[in-house]
Amino acid sequence: MPERITQTWVYLSATPLFWLTMTLVAYQIAHWIYRRCGAHPIANPVLIAVVLLLVLLTLTGTPYDTYFSGAQFVHFLLGPATVALAIPLYGQFQRLVGLAGPLLIALVGGSLTAMLSAVFVGHWLGGSLPTLLSLAPKSVTTPIAMGIAERIGGHPSLAAVMVIATGILGAITAQTLFRWLKIKDDAVGGFALGVAAHGIGTARAFQVSETMGAFAALGMGLNGLLTAVSLPSLMQWLKPLLQ
Amino acid sequence: MIAALTWLLLYQLTGEILAHVLALPVPGPVIGMALLFLTLVIRGHGERPIPKALQQTASTLLQHLSLLFVPAGTGVMLYLQLIVDEWLPISIALIVSTLGAMTVTALILRAMTRQKSGAHHA
Repeated sequence: MPERITQTWVYLSATPLFWLTMTLVAYQIAHWIYRRCGAHPIANPVLIAVVLLLVLLTLTGTPYDTYFSGAQFVHFLLGPATVALAIPLYGQFQRLVGLAGPLLIALVGGSLTAMLSAVFVGHWLGGSLPTLLSLAPKSVTTPIAMGIAERIGGHPSLAAVMVIATGILGAITAQTLFRWLKIKDDAVGGFALGVAAHGIGTARAFQVSETMGAFAALGMGLNGLLTAVSLPSLMQWLKPLLQ
Repeated sequence: MIAALTWLLLYQLTGEILAHVLALPVPGPVIGMALLFLTLVIRGHGERPIPKALQQTASTLLQHLSLLFVPAGTGVMLYLQLIVDEWLPISIALIVSTLGAMTVTALILRAMTRQKSGAHHA
């Protein structure tokens, strides 16, 4: 009988079904904890789900590749979900038109701050070049950041980790920061959260209000475009300074 | 639901094709989002509502946007050693840059919209 169990485990742990299911279960548990904590930003569902999965993968000695062969089906949905962000955006069309100028200037300021401060602070504290290049695109959504990191010579999957850490950090701190800065307009806060903390910030923003979510989606989309276009050439200039 | 998902995938696919054919630095899904937004604007000029099925599918996907980041986030296990070795530059860079970007964006936007609404009232 124990042999049977071992065999079943060997079979199951290699199938996509098992790790896909575990990803969803971990998220359900994380989401349950998040709600139990009254949707407090510190109980970030991504953070909790990742910790649960790390414990499970470590205990079972499962390599990440095996895990990802199942989890990739969830990862894939990032694509259509990104496209779907056009819909809340359209809901704010009237306000967008009126705010186009200020939004673009704030975007450039925020985007440059995100890229340059990450690279220079990391360099100043002795980070290695591949790490710095993986940190540079940290404020944009995962698929974009991975593509950029690859082009500029960072590690794409390390960049994804930095992106997610950034998103969690932004989602946790945003409301305290905005209270401190006396930002009361959800459009302003949402846009800033989307520019700095992409999809995870946007997910948090939708929890606060529909307007905040829509402006976060806009900030995330625009910063994705701007970073993808500007970072590769910016890094050409900066690389000599970082050696 | 399926029809809406088909539309989302068609826009993503079109974005992906454009990105490759035109060698654009922007990933396909982001181009797909821009194209869908343009389509909705041209179709409705900001007044006509979005088709109901599309609206529902989008809000289901976006409500659980966090879930979609879990597989990539779990990739942290590949870099635990590197993160332990370089924890100081990584953590301080993440904190400074995330809070810095939020602060700069929010303050610029507030300053500029205040000016504008002030001019409006005057």
